[in-house]
Amino acid sequence: MLLISCPNCGSRDETEFHYGGQAHVAYPENPNELNDREWAEFLFYRDNTKGAFAERWLHSTGCRQWFNMLRDTVTYEIQAIYPMGAPRPDKAAPAPESGTASTAPDSTTTGTAAPSIAATSLATSTAPASTTAPEGATK
Amino acid sequence: MAETAAPKTSPETNLSLRTSPAAVLRAAFETGSVPGTVELSEITFLTMVGLRVARDTDAGQRIASVTGGLPATCGAVSGSGDTSVLWLGPEEFLVVAPLEAHESLGGDLIQALREALADGEGQVVDLSANRTTFELTGPRSRAVLEKGCSLDLHPREFKAGTALSTEIGNIPVVLWKTGEESFRIFPRASFAEFLGRWLLDAMREYASPEVP
Ligand SMILES: [Zn+2]
Repeated sequence: MLLISCPNCGSRDETEFHYGGQAHVAYPENPNELNDREWAEFLFYRDNTKGAFAERWLHSTGCRQWFNMLRDTVTYEIQAIYPMGAPRPDKAAPAPESGTASTAPDSTTTGTAAPSIAATSLATSTAPASTTAPEGATK
Repeated sequence: MAETAAPKTSPETNLSLRTSPAAVLRAAFETGSVPGTVELSEITFLTMVGLRVARDTDAGQRIASVTGGLPATCGAVSGSGDTSVLWLGPEEFLVVAPLEAHESLGGDLIQALREALADGEGQVVDLSANRTTFELTGPRSRAVLEKGCSLDLHPREFKAGTALSTEIGNIPVVLWKTGEESFRIFPRASFAEFLGRWLLDAMREYASPEVP
């Protein structure tokens, strides 16, 4: 049982919460221009991260508010809890210095979270899509 | 159809026609209560109003002037006189008032809240039929609740005068600690009978002498 610290209510049992899947999956800017593969990737393809993973949670039997959580999928350690719409805290610091370099070193694990956001804007969709598609196909 | 006489609506007829969600357990609550140890009863037909409004808006302040304040933090209860406002979320509150405050019995609370909201952003919804009210009192009431509630109910954490949304016996409820040894529990109507029987079962051991 996880003890989750709701930003509004404080520590409560995991059973009071609902899991909302991967965080920071932005809605496509031009949904009508996506092809079927891109639309399917937006809807269904999610990272399967080993390690720190940004995810959404809803305090469903408490304040009924959504929030984001950074949780280690191996140890279950909750590393951060932050509001909806806020940037992922462990990426926030390096990102402004060098946007592309910051995601490169850990792109094999958590770094895929960043490209998947970019994949939803069509301009940059081709490169990440071609790398994520084979991963998804093996599932 | 035209021959059917329309029933006279009066507060008395309105009330006599109503059946509370746990009415079927009224006798069981009496026999299951252990006087002086732990007692359970249903308080019927309290007026409840769901509010959705931001506290710091004009509409929020107008509504606060009707209710006697809006609580600011989780657990807080505000209000004046016999009208209380429970915090459910940052912009969501539950007003609990006596049954006479309901418009079917001649009260004007809900109308006053609607007028206070006016065209402001938010909602005023009559939820009086959504939940019923259980009152659990006595020195063993905390022990009964602790059998099915994961909150820390110790008085150092859960103070009298606070209310929290949680689960009791896996039933989502609002739990309001009204006194050191008294709680009000608000289950939704369809869960009332189950939760009533669950509480009776949890109370049962206190009817027997304690095993040394
Ligand atoms: Zn909460």
